[in-house]
Order: sequence, then C-alpha cells, then structure tokens
Amino acid sequence: MAMTRKQKRLTLIASAGAVLAIAAGLILYALSDKIVFFYTPSDIVKQNISAGSRVRIGGLVETGSVIRDASMNVTFRVTDTEKSLTVHYKGLLPDLFREGQGVVAEGIYQGSSDVLADTVLAKHDENYMPKDVADALKKKGVWQGGKAQ
Amino acid sequence: MSVELGHFALIMAFATALMQTILPMWGAVARDPALAGMARYSAFVTFGLVLFAYIALTLAYIGSDFSVANVVMNSHSTKPLMYKISGVWSNHEGSMLLWVMILVLFAALVALRGGGMPERLLASVLSVQGAIACAFLLFIILTSNPFLRLADVPFEGQGLNPILEDPGLAIHPPMLYLGYVGFSVAFSFAVGALVHGRIDAVWARFVRPWTLLAWIFLTLGIAMGSYWAYYELGWGGWWFWDPVENASLMPWLMGTALLHSTIVMEKRDALKVWTILLSILTFSLSLLGTFLVRSGVITSVHSFASDPARGVFILGILTVFIGGGLSLFAWRAPSLKQGGLFAPVSREGALVVNNLFLATSAVAVLVGTLYPLVLETINGSKISVGAPYFNLTAIPLFVCLLMLVPFGQSLAWKRGDLIGVGQRLLAALGIAIVSILITFAVTRGGPVAAPLGLGLGVWLIAGSATEIISRCYRRGLSWKVVVERAFGLPRSAWGTALAHAGMGITVIGIAATAWGVESLAVVAKNEPLAVGPYTVSLEQAFKRKGEGFREDVAQFTVKEGATPRGIIESSKRVHTGREMPTTEAGIVTYGFGQLYASVNEILPDGRVSIRFYWKPLVTLIWGGALIMALGGAVSLADRRVRIALSAKNKRALALRAEAKA
Repeated sequence: MAMTRKQKRLTLIASAGAVLAIAAGLILYALSDKIVFFYTPSDIVKQNISAGSRVRIGGLVETGSVIRDASMNVTFRVTDTEKSLTVHYKGLLPDLFREGQGVVAEGIYQGSSDVLADTVLAKHDENYMPKDVADALKKKGVWQGGKAQ
Repeated sequence: MSVELGHFALIMAFATALMQTILPMWGAVARDPALAGMARYSAFVTFGLVLFAYIALTLAYIGSDFSVANVVMNSHSTKPLMYKISGVWSNHEGSMLLWVMILVLFAALVALRGGGMPERLLASVLSVQGAIACAFLLFIILTSNPFLRLADVPFEGQGLNPILEDPGLAIHPPMLYLGYVGFSVAFSFAVGALVHGRIDAVWARFVRPWTLLAWIFLTLGIAMGSYWAYYELGWGGWWFWDPVENASLMPWLMGTALLHSTIVMEKRDALKVWTILLSILTFSLSLLGTFLVRSGVITSVHSFASDPARGVFILGILTVFIGGGLSLFAWRAPSLKQGGLFAPVSREGALVVNNLFLATSAVAVLVGTLYPLVLETINGSKISVGAPYFNLTAIPLFVCLLMLVPFGQSLAWKRGDLIGVGQRLLAALGIAIVSILITFAVTRGGPVAAPLGLGLGVWLIAGSATEIISRCYRRGLSWKVVVERAFGLPRSAWGTALAHAGMGITVIGIAATAWGVESLAVVAKNEPLAVGPYTVSLEQAFKRKGEGFREDVAQFTVKEGATPRGIIESSKRVHTGREMPTTEAGIVTYGFGQLYASVNEILPDGRVSIRFYWKPLVTLIWGGALIMALGGAVSLADRRVRIALSAKNKRALALRAEAKA
C-alpha cells in the first residue's frame, strides 16, 4: 500500500497539525489556570481579591512582626507602608530573609489580610531586591535603590 | 599595562572581526577566491586578539590588580587561585568576554577544520560568525568594559559572591557558553546556505559535528547548573522553572530537534528547509537566553547589574540576528530545492514526530517564560508562571515523545515495518510493564505517577538495548560473532543508544522524586528523627571558623535500623567581607539516593531547627545527563572518523558540492 505523494504530504500536515493543536490547547489552558498574579498589600485591599485565590505578594517585612514558634510555624507582616498583610508559613525561611527587607510570598489568600504561604522568597545576594518588590516600592516612593554594586 | 593592552586587543579584535564579516562575504558573492580566502586568516587573528584580551583580564585577577574595577568588585587577594580564575566570569563584563571568546574560538575551529569545505560556504559561514562577534565585541567595548581602571585604588577587593564560590559553578558557565555559543556555528551555516541558495547532504555532514559538540556541552552545562542549585542553594530542589533555567532549556530542546533533523538531511537529503529553520531558531533561542539573563529584565542570581543601556543593546543585537536570519529565510527558503517526501512510517517519519514534539515543547517553555514580560508590558499586571504551568505543558509533550522514542529508534529508513518493530520491542515493553507492576506492589499506596515514570525510563533503556541487541544478535550466531558484530556497529548507533538510555535514566531519577521524604523538625541532642529509611539524631551543634567565613554547624549521626551509616552535617555560614549568610547543605549519598540536610537555625538552648530530605535515586537525574553527553561524544567520535576523510575524498566531496551549485 504505497502512498501517493499527496497522501504522504497530507499525513505529514495532519500529524503536525495534531501535535500543534494539542500543544496550543495545553498552553492556553495552563495560561488561563496556572498563573499567579502579583499584588502589593494595597492592591489586595483595593482590588477586592476574593479569598481562596492563589496570590503572590511582595513588600517589606515589617520590623518586629516576625513570630516563630517551636514547630517551625512563622508569621510575619508584609507591608508596602500603606497597607500590610499577615503571612503564615511553615518551614525554613530563606537565608536572606530579614526584617525591614524585601520579600515575596506565594500562597492562598485567606481573606481579611491573611495569606497562607507555601513559598517565601528573599534575595539571592545582598545587592539584590526581588524585581516585583523593587518596582512596587519604587512606585510608592519608599525605596529608591536598585543600582546593584 | 597588560590591562590596557587587553583593552586595546579587544578593540583591534573588533576591527579584524569587521574585516572577517565584510571581505569574505564580498568574496563569496563576487566569487573572488582571494577575498574569500581572507576568512580563515581573519578568524584566526580575531581569536588570537580576543584570547589575548581574555588572558590579560585573567592575569589582572590572578595578580589581584585592584586598580581594575572589575577585579575589585569580584575578587579578593586571599581567594584560592581557582576562584580568582573563575571570578573572571562571575560578573557581567567578564562573562560577556568569555562569551565572545568562545564565539571566536568556534569560528577559529571552523576555519581550522574547514579544509574540505567548499571555499564559498566556508567564507560565508566565517563571515556570519564575524558579524556576531562584531556585535558582541561592540557591546562589550561600549557598555561593559571589563578593563575599566579606578582612580582611587582600594587596598582590598570585595570578594566573590559566596554562593558562586564553588567548583561546580566555576565550570558551569564555560560549559553552558560552549553549548549556547556553539549553536552559532549551525546558525552561520544556515545563513551561509541561504546566501548561496544551496543545501544538500554535504552541508548537513559539515554542520552536524558542530551541532553535536554544542549539544554535548549544553547538556553538561545544564546538568551542572542543576546540581549546583540543588546542593548550594539549600532548597533541596534541582529545577525551579526559573526563567534563567528555561533560557538554557529552550536552546537545548530546539538543538536536540536540530540534531535529529540534520541526521535526516544527511542520510536522506530531506527536511532541508526545516533544518535550516531549526538552525536559525536554535541560535535565536541562545541569543534570547543571553538577553534574558544579561539584560536584567528578569532578576536572579545570574543577572548582575541592570543597566538599561545594556538591555537595549542586546535587544538590538537580538533583533538584527534573529530578525535578519528569519527574513533571509523567508526570502530565500522558497528558492531552495525541496527535499524528497517520505513514507510516514519510517525512521524519517519518526524523526519528524520527534522534531514536532521537541519544537512544540520549546515553544511551550518560551511562552511560559515570556508571557509575564509581555503581559507586564501590555497592561502592567505582574504574574508569575511557575512549575504548575510547565508541568501541564512541557511535561505531557515530553512524555508523549519519550513513549515513541524506542519505536523511532528501531524503524528502518525509507519504509519501516511497524509490526516488525512492535514484535522486536515486545520484550522491552514487557520489561517496562513488569517493572511498573513490581514498583506498584512494593510502594503500595504511594504516588501513582512515580511507578509510571519509572516504567517510562525502563522502556527507554530497554528500547535502546533492544536496538543494539537486534543489530548484533541472530539466532544461531556464536557469542564470539555477536561480540564482533557489536564492536563492528557504527559508533553513532552506540551513541544513539547511550543517549536515549541516558534520557531513560534521568527520567527514572525524576520519577523517583515523588518518593522523596521531607522531615522538618526542631530537635534536641540525641533526639531521633525518622527520614525515610534512615534515623538521624543530633550529635552536636557548635561554632566553627573557616577561611573567609564563620559558621554554626549541626552534626547528625545517621542510622539505618540499628546500623550506623555515618555522619551528616549542615551549617549556617556567614561570609566575612560581604557579611552574607548562606546555608551549607549536608549531602550523603547512599546507593543512588541522597540524604540531604539543611539547617535552619541553631537555637540558644542548643536545639536545632532543621530540614531533612531523603531523595531516593536522585543522582540518576544527573547521571543520566552525563550518559546522554557521553552518547553524544561517542557519536562525535564516529563523525570524526568520517570527517577525517582522505585528502582525495575531501577534494572529491568539495568538487561534487561545487558541481551541484
């Protein structure tokens, strides 16, 4: 059952089309469902984010707000100097997590300014502030740094 | 003095690279052999000059010349020699210099080995290489001068970022760059072919070793970067779908597709236009990766300083080469002679399927990586695209591809016999299914994906074994003959089998991460803590001073049942100078698995807050990558045999190529 040229070409186009369609479908679905929006604490309040949605928040760790308990639960407040959120987290905090420094937390917004975080990110080195945080704070005029080294 | 000479050499290199760009291309188009012949010499001279500049900078590092700003910021007189040398590429300016040096090294190697190539093709390939070198040399000279002197010479340098002070990371950038930049050769060959309007199997034969070489280094570079992140950052993960990691994964995916399509082109003179497009796209993704990492549009440990001028400059380079390459393709490709069509069920057909899956998964990664940037530009909203997105897009595509690999590998060229192949692979399929069932039985109640993933890995390995066995073994042959036949197989067959089996091993390692155990606790002295099959207990916690740092160390004894299995320690380190804290993970390997300790804090009362992981089979992830690279190297050895044709054949080949023009 040798195929004609036309059949060969059609098979090629059909299989390429099928793979591309599957890939496009996966990408579109994942982009609508699996992305996380970044907010500052003020955004969360202003935009009325509904409880239960997955969020990424950034700001400064409020000085004196870090409370740790014996079983590695941590709570701290993240502020953009206007509003602040309470973050609950269980686990190890990054090496460069400091009060008064920039932080990004990702997790589920619980409503009433509480976030149950599963990921907390600080900076990679002492010169660097997470970009989202730097931008958000610059907008508020709180932090002007950013010139690394 | 040598610093100024280095700077001068770099400017000279720009001039010779410009010459290398213009004269040979002119010669190639005007068919002037003398001008075309300039290509090789200017490639050598450019390489010599950039090498000189590079050595000058390295000497400034070794001699701790703190009048050079770059040295002050990234080195310290007390650093070990290795970190003085690797300090050169620990920063933006130096790593760009390394990038260019590798670029011109590849051009020089092409010039050196290009004896058998048609003169006009060689000239235009080197001309394109020269153009890329020009762009990046100009970038360094104008925006990122590593030779900048300071008016006030400080007494001591600021040292290297402590997390970069690591042997694995010292060689990670050169490896990765050899891969990234190596794909520039395929790009230049593609542009050269488009300029000439001639592509054929001979072209594929010339370009394939370079693609393979770049692919080997990129594979090693990615594996090394992943292992470094795993043990140095103390998070216990080995891949984060960070934009920077994706930046290296995209050219790898596209480059792997290119590697396979070049085979079709070489063997069957088909898929020609597609191969040219892949060559352009692969290097475009390398350039995009360089842009993402170097421009500061994304921040990570890799983006050093964000000077907007640099970002714009690299974006300009990106536009010229990607836009130029693709425009040239759009203009010239229709005039290229199309390759033949082939039956869908054949090795060629299988390689097309491979290319489809690899290219689409590269696109999926690309979309996930760029979407946040695009969205922020369009409407200002900030999003993060993380593991959930990539797990849902790239992973299913890749799994489909891997399930098909053993079939493709066993199909014959031209017209494959799917039923015959199925029969041959029956044993491999059986082994895979049995291993899935056994794993399910042993790990009852565990994660479902892990045994399936393990089965997929076994399927790949068994498929590769089947291919080799079926090519050497026939019923009735004596063992001696079988072994002889095995040795007689072309190296590329062994290379393919090794690379695919290596992929299978990596897949098993990845699947096994689902069985990982994490124990997070605050423990007192001698208080036992169960971590998978092991029990750890705190032996002692103490302070220690080391060279350039002080640390709080927690030391644990490890037992398996009642049998002691050694000691594991992890520490919280503060590096003097930068006063930067890091976590030093403790890693002990048992079999193919690893016990991983990451201390959080040593409390004032002597208790230790710590995180332990048991990661079964985790070393297979990187072990498999090494085997993949080894497979590439074995294939390359085969190529070399064939490339090292006798002088007579070479001439015949060149003549034939010219005749076809």
